[in-house]
Amino acid sequence: MNKQARITEIVEKLSGKPLAIGPDDSLFESGVLDSFALTDMVGALEREFSIRIPDADLTPRKFDSIARIEAYIESRA
Amino acid sequence: MAYLRAFGAYLPSRVVDNREMAAATGADPQYILRASGIEERRFAAPDESVASMGIRAARNCLENAGLAAGDVGLLLASTSSAEYRFPGPASAIGAGLGIQGVPAIDLPIASAGSLFGMALAAHLAPAYGHVLVIGSEVMSRVVKLHPAHRDTAILFGDGAGACLVSAATGFALIRDAVLASDGDFASSLRLDLNAPLSMDGRTVIMQAARKIPRAIAELLERNQVAPAAVGAFLMHQANLNLITRVAHAIAVPEDRFFLNIHRYGNTSSASLLIAAAEWCEQHPSPPCGPLVFAAFGAGLHWGALLATVQPPISR
Repeated sequence: MNKQARITEIVEKLSGKPLAIGPDDSLFESGVLDSFALTDMVGALEREFSIRIPDADLTPRKFDSIARIEAYIESRA
Repeated sequence: MAYLRAFGAYLPSRVVDNREMAAATGADPQYILRASGIEERRFAAPDESVASMGIRAARNCLENAGLAAGDVGLLLASTSSAEYRFPGPASAIGAGLGIQGVPAIDLPIASAGSLFGMALAAHLAPAYGHVLVIGSEVMSRVVKLHPAHRDTAILFGDGAGACLVSAATGFALIRDAVLASDGDFASSLRLDLNAPLSMDGRTVIMQAARKIPRAIAELLERNQVAPAAVGAFLMHQANLNLITRVAHAIAVPEDRFFLNIHRYGNTSSASLLIAAAEWCEQHPSPPCGPLVFAAFGAGLHWGALLATVQPPISR
């Protein structure tokens, strides 16, 4: 499974429904995730990709879409 | 050494429920409850101020402590909604209590100010005796009740709390505190001049959900206290969903966290002390064991404080 699919799976699990937006669409503005689900997603990403996301990177801008999350994960590899 | 001697609180009488808030902001009442856990909040009367409410909370605290205002050796007052850029309300609160001459220090630290005050008081009590810590907020005057600001406006309420930290005796020994600050996110929660409170809620929540559990874990670990051994967690009442996540993060049942956010909303630096005052009222003879206080606010500033309830004979 590629990174985007793994990220999508995490988002779908948190939102409880299949993802119906594109990889560049905002997860927040589309209502897929709220602020608190976002904090849960960060923890899930850390576990899934075995990375540590530092406090300085905890801004919604970095996690606003599947594409941005993927880019961030790539940058941490 | 220093002890928690007593807490006190004052809440203005006007109740603003979610229906009234919805009418002012356009937010759905059920959304407000779901997003925050808040059912209602209090708003100060036009003739009430940060100082006047702080004085009332202080008097309630002193009464609970069985002490007079003249016994206070130092006053620390936290607010984020002061009416003036300076002076802050600390000296006015001191004057209102009739203790002119006693040093009164302002702590303009939104939400976390009371926790910082309690931690500082623990260090200062051996020199000053009885240290009165006050958190008082009129948040209704720093938010804008308008649809464009509804995500922020729906969260806040007014109130005041107080805590007496004493060098000699008290019901709980203050053992340790973890305090921290991070200016990298200072702009995410702020009150600009002549503008309503501004909050990047997502960033604040992301930071708080990480930093609060970490501070609590560090505090407990270095004092060799298991989270499960803590009798009660008294936290800044910012958002029910945040408090729930903190409980999960440190693997403690949610019911260990005292809650009153549903009645008062987020009263910024007053909320921790109001929560503590109500917890004490509900537990006049609290069981011996650890208590944890925690808060997070603008700055960013955050931290946690550990106290141990003493056997009745030594209180």
